[in-house]
Amino acid sequence: MKKLIAVITLALMPLAGMASSGGTHLEKANIDLNNEAAIQRGAKMFVNYCMGCHSNKYVRYKLFTNVGLSEDDIKDNLMLGDGKIGDLMKIAMPEDDAAKWFGAPAPDLTLIARIRHGGADWIYSYLKGFYADPTRPMGVNNTVFPNVGMPHVLWQLQGVQQPVYKYEVQHDGHAVESFDAEPEAAAYAKEHGETYRVERVVEALEMTEAGTLTPAEYDQVARDLATYLAYVSEPVKLERQRMGVWVILFLVVFSVIAYMMKKEWWKDIH
Amino acid sequence: MSFMNWIDERFPATKVWNEHLAQYYAPKNFNFWYFFGSLAMLVLVNQIVTGVWLAMMYKPSAADAFASVEYIMRDVDYGWLLRYMHSTGASAFFIVVYLHMFRGLIYGSYRKPRELLWIIGVIIYLAMMATAFFGYLLPWGQMSYWGAQVIVNLFSAFPFGIGEPLSVWIRGDYVISDATLNRFFALHFLLPFVLAALVFIHIVALHKVGSNNPDGIEIKKNKDENGIPKDGIPFHPYYSVKDIVGVGVFLIFFCAIIFFLPDLGGLFLEPPNFEPANPLKTPEHIAPVWYFTPFYAMLRAVPPMFNSQFPGVLVMFAAILILFFLPWLDRSPVKSIRYKGILFKAAIAMFVVTFVMLAWLGMQPATATKTLLAQIFTFLYFVFFVLMPFYSKWDKTKPVPERVTK
Repeated sequence: MKKLIAVITLALMPLAGMASSGGTHLEKANIDLNNEAAIQRGAKMFVNYCMGCHSNKYVRYKLFTNVGLSEDDIKDNLMLGDGKIGDLMKIAMPEDDAAKWFGAPAPDLTLIARIRHGGADWIYSYLKGFYADPTRPMGVNNTVFPNVGMPHVLWQLQGVQQPVYKYEVQHDGHAVESFDAEPEAAAYAKEHGETYRVERVVEALEMTEAGTLTPAEYDQVARDLATYLAYVSEPVKLERQRMGVWVILFLVVFSVIAYMMKKEWWKDIH
Repeated sequence: MSFMNWIDERFPATKVWNEHLAQYYAPKNFNFWYFFGSLAMLVLVNQIVTGVWLAMMYKPSAADAFASVEYIMRDVDYGWLLRYMHSTGASAFFIVVYLHMFRGLIYGSYRKPRELLWIIGVIIYLAMMATAFFGYLLPWGQMSYWGAQVIVNLFSAFPFGIGEPLSVWIRGDYVISDATLNRFFALHFLLPFVLAALVFIHIVALHKVGSNNPDGIEIKKNKDENGIPKDGIPFHPYYSVKDIVGVGVFLIFFCAIIFFLPDLGGLFLEPPNFEPANPLKTPEHIAPVWYFTPFYAMLRAVPPMFNSQFPGVLVMFAAILILFFLPWLDRSPVKSIRYKGILFKAAIAMFVVTFVMLAWLGMQPATATKTLLAQIFTFLYFVFFVLMPFYSKWDKTKPVPERVTK
């Protein structure tokens, strides 16, 4: 039996290697869900900059009483008009209009941190990944979400980034060589045959026009929004983990006692 | 005891207790693999109890389903716990049942006189798959919607002009819609009780023939003067106390997932399913949940023939139906893998690798290499069963002892 298990394990080894293949490179956001101030700042940013188009329609404003805000704080800082504290964070923009203006209605963002691969890191990288691209309808493109329909809402804060392109020669979906200038890349590809293609990729972003915030301050804004969106995607996360520790501890004690009981009952069975 | 007498004169409570627990003699040499039957029942109970509570808050309509799940996750007290117990329970159910079936496979628990016991088990497995399929539509996420779309479309591949009307009849519409969600909810609520009834029948059949064991020996052949099998011990208290240990250890793993990794890296809860169903936006890559992926890989492995997907559908259903014939495919003189030879052991090892590889391939986007791999493993899957009458017969077996071993 043990030999059989060993053989099966060996035969399945390649799976482990294949399972860990790439995706877009994301920057680490290093968020901390215990940081209530970051969630509060993120909430304020979200309400001011994002909620014109994006809802959080599964979240009630009351939720933020769990991150150190009083009901009055919430009403004064996060809510417009005379809504109730138990209201859902819906938006007024009709979906049909949004589709007309942006090509598609802006998605609800309550669960975006659970939908996107990378979660908070994806959001952080996305918010930092806008660059000027005059070929796009909104004048911007994005490194982690190519050809996104959204304008760069935070550009006044961040400033304008210009892309630095490189030219990758790809074969079979993998980059084999990269060049700073297109003609060199094209020559290389031509030399190697028809299956080699040249792809323009963004290598880096360069700030050409400063925003009202320093880069470090803007990073903090992006991190706060990522923290906020990670929090609302599953507000109960920290509580469930705290509870889980006690549940597991109980079950370990339970199992030990059950095992001792089994030993006692079975001592006559040979 | 007069109270029990009063009951027993009207209902055979003591008789049933004795026949099925206190005087049901099970082989004393059960090992690790024998925990999964009782664990499967535990998970079934978990699914029914959490499911009924979820149904109290869930709204089976295309307009409200997704939001009602988020309402359960956020606004219902401990709703998140009920939901994670249910979603983790679905995967756990398949894990313990796959291990339970594997136990039967290695120790020959499907062999005479347990053929019918095995067949009832395969029917339970089918009912489980149906229940899981109906249930997966209910959260009304992108994967729920498009997964159901793909699977129901399979029925439209049926030939002779019945395919299209059949799929419309199943959906109640031309696409997956509110009508589909309503009927899937009704069926998802009903089937667990059918499942519970089937489990009851499974246990009645088990207690008629008695449990097999890791040595594949019939303990009823060696009885003492009182007619009690010499290698048997009463299920209660011996296996009831032992199974409690199994329950404790199982719950450690189960709760670790619920409390620390409820989506298990996208395997138990797929990330696209956190996006509400959108009939106008097909996801880039549609994959069923992990427990269906071996069969999904087989479906995709078969190329369309005569402009029809039907051959792939046939292969997929054949992969499950072939399990019914297992009791008659194994021609080995011994039951347990302990006394079987190298051929059978090699076949089992190959089968495990095949099943896991198919499960993995079914999750991946299809590429030329992966399709070829899926074809090879689909072939090997059937080779395991179709050639079993030969290799199990030619295999060099070891002598089986008279009495069970440690």
